[in-house]
Amino acid sequence: MLSSIWAIFLKDLKSEIRTRYALNALLMFVVVTISMILFATAGEVMSGELLSGLLWVVIFFSAMSGLSRTFVSEEDRGTVIFLQLATRPSVVYFGKLLFNLVLIFGINFFVVIAYLLTMENFKVKSFDVFLSALILGGLGLASASTIIAAIIAKANTKGTLYPVLSFPVLLPLLITTINMTQLSIEGAKLAETFGHLRILFSYFVVVVIASYLLFDYIWKE
Amino acid sequence: MIWKFLLGVYIAIITILAFVIPIGFIPGLGERARIIFLHVPSAWLSVIAFFVAMIYAVRYLRSKNIYEDVKSAASAEIGFLFCFVTTVTGSIWAKFNWGSFWNWDPRETSIFVLLLIYGAYFVLRSAIEVEERKATLSAVYSIIAFVTVPFFIFIMPRIMPGLHPGSKGDPEGAGPVVTFKMDPNMRILFFASLLGFTLVYLWIFKLRSRMEILKIKIQNKIYQEV
Amino acid sequence: MEFRLIGKDIRKSFGRLLVFDSINFELINGSSLAIAGKNGSGKSTLVKIIAGLLSPSSGEVIYQVDGREIDKLDWFKFVGFVAPYLQLYDEFTGYENLEILAKIRGLKSYEAKIKNVLERVNLYSRRDDLVRGYSSGMKQRLKYACALLHDPIVLILDEPTSNLDSEGVEMVWAIAEEQKKNGILIVATNEPEELKMCDEVINLDELKLKMKRQIVK
Repeated sequence: MLSSIWAIFLKDLKSEIRTRYALNALLMFVVVTISMILFATAGEVMSGELLSGLLWVVIFFSAMSGLSRTFVSEEDRGTVIFLQLATRPSVVYFGKLLFNLVLIFGINFFVVIAYLLTMENFKVKSFDVFLSALILGGLGLASASTIIAAIIAKANTKGTLYPVLSFPVLLPLLITTINMTQLSIEGAKLAETFGHLRILFSYFVVVVIASYLLFDYIWKE
Repeated sequence: MIWKFLLGVYIAIITILAFVIPIGFIPGLGERARIIFLHVPSAWLSVIAFFVAMIYAVRYLRSKNIYEDVKSAASAEIGFLFCFVTTVTGSIWAKFNWGSFWNWDPRETSIFVLLLIYGAYFVLRSAIEVEERKATLSAVYSIIAFVTVPFFIFIMPRIMPGLHPGSKGDPEGAGPVVTFKMDPNMRILFFASLLGFTLVYLWIFKLRSRMEILKIKIQNKIYQEV
Repeated sequence: MEFRLIGKDIRKSFGRLLVFDSINFELINGSSLAIAGKNGSGKSTLVKIIAGLLSPSSGEVIYQVDGREIDKLDWFKFVGFVAPYLQLYDEFTGYENLEILAKIRGLKSYEAKIKNVLERVNLYSRRDDLVRGYSSGMKQRLKYACALLHDPIVLILDEPTSNLDSEGVEMVWAIAEEQKKNGILIVATNEPEELKMCDEVINLDELKLKMKRQIVK
């Protein structure tokens, strides 16, 4: 079971490295969005609070442009049956979740580096708070967007539908991570954000369990 | 037939009473507290409707009976309509009580999210043609969305103070109207209104799902004859 | 091991369109079933239902091993499937496709097995070419390799000889003969010649005629 999940993950990773469908476009997307923010706010002094919100806007839309690929490409190329015939639905789900987790951490890493380099007023005082917001936020983001990617892969208008469906589901997560990022700029201690951490972690657990239970229905008709 | 007529009379009486019944003096709200007779029940109705939609979604996934999906969608539609009504009435009221149409108060945020979720739900339904697939995917989506909604209850108090009467951090004057301090006749009318709205929901729901099921049956019949 | 594949009153409709109704069969080791019918008669739908890729609208398919029913989630362990709409990963080589499949299935010591099936479908010399560069006939052969990798008890072939040359057709017949020794063979085709691969035939066109007569009655 675990080795099969790992095999699906490796397959997706290898395919991504070979084709670079998502990766190149994603990196350019991040660059474009951040430049857009820079141009739109040229000359303005932005508060750290505003910048923490914008950081998650960039992360959200980057995730929306890349995380649906794992399912959409299988559906578009007709390789879904290959996987359906090879293993249980839950194995596919966890393999894809793992891949999206790696992808979202990659995105987060790149976005944060680019952001810290370009936004002068974005000074993180407590790195432990900031880092835990990124990590736990990434977990939640990957969990919700994986199951929604599985849903939209079967619909007709995939691209536009993805952020529309994901946003309301991700909103509790995003509000919490934005708030945590603001706190990290204000220099809050990690212990103060314990409630936030609990919310983020339970969000991840709840969404993964619900997805695990519901994925069979989406995967096979 | 007769009970529908009675229900009409009942709701009419409640509506009139909502404007004329003496409610006593409530500090900070005054006569504006009368919104409770119509605004809160419509919010209540939309929550019931979404809950029923959820139950039918689960039932659809278990039975794969398309009628369950039709009922789920019908209930979600009614919920969405009354969610909208709640938002509009609340927003107008907020302009006069809190000074602006929208304040991102926790309950305003929650209802906004509900509107977004079910807006997305209907977009998803319109984006899929195959009926079974539409039913399955929208059922799954509504369940996934539904499990994330409760998080707002934990998140909101941390992030922002509440303005709604009855919420934490409410200034002394406005008081938790819903839980106590309610005038006896105000309380009776409030619960009567809740009951009335629930009956209205049941009626519309029955009508709507019957209509959609008949539509499917008629189409089936036409198809078989061709 | 005694394997039994049972279809009970299978009916499938897409929305208002009834594809077929009351299909019954029972297959055990060594038996074979051909599904005949015109284009659009629902052959592929039926084989997908048998393989567990689609759910029937009513009725059921049962997999039994020594009288014990197998959970639907585990059917994939028993089924090999070849069909025109089954696609392989074209950014990988033929060998990599099989390797990925073996790992996902959790097969042990798969190198020997992969070599074996590749030789059986005569692709061993081209194993390290990307599938993108394969001809359609070679892709079809690779699908056979994928289907046979785990020695399935039930082998389902939808349009078995599409895109294949005469040598490939011979290969398919050999595979079918081999399968019938111990396993179950199901072939969906509209070529009368290929129906001879199997002992029993379900003709979906005739079934439809029967259904129409029933409605008229």
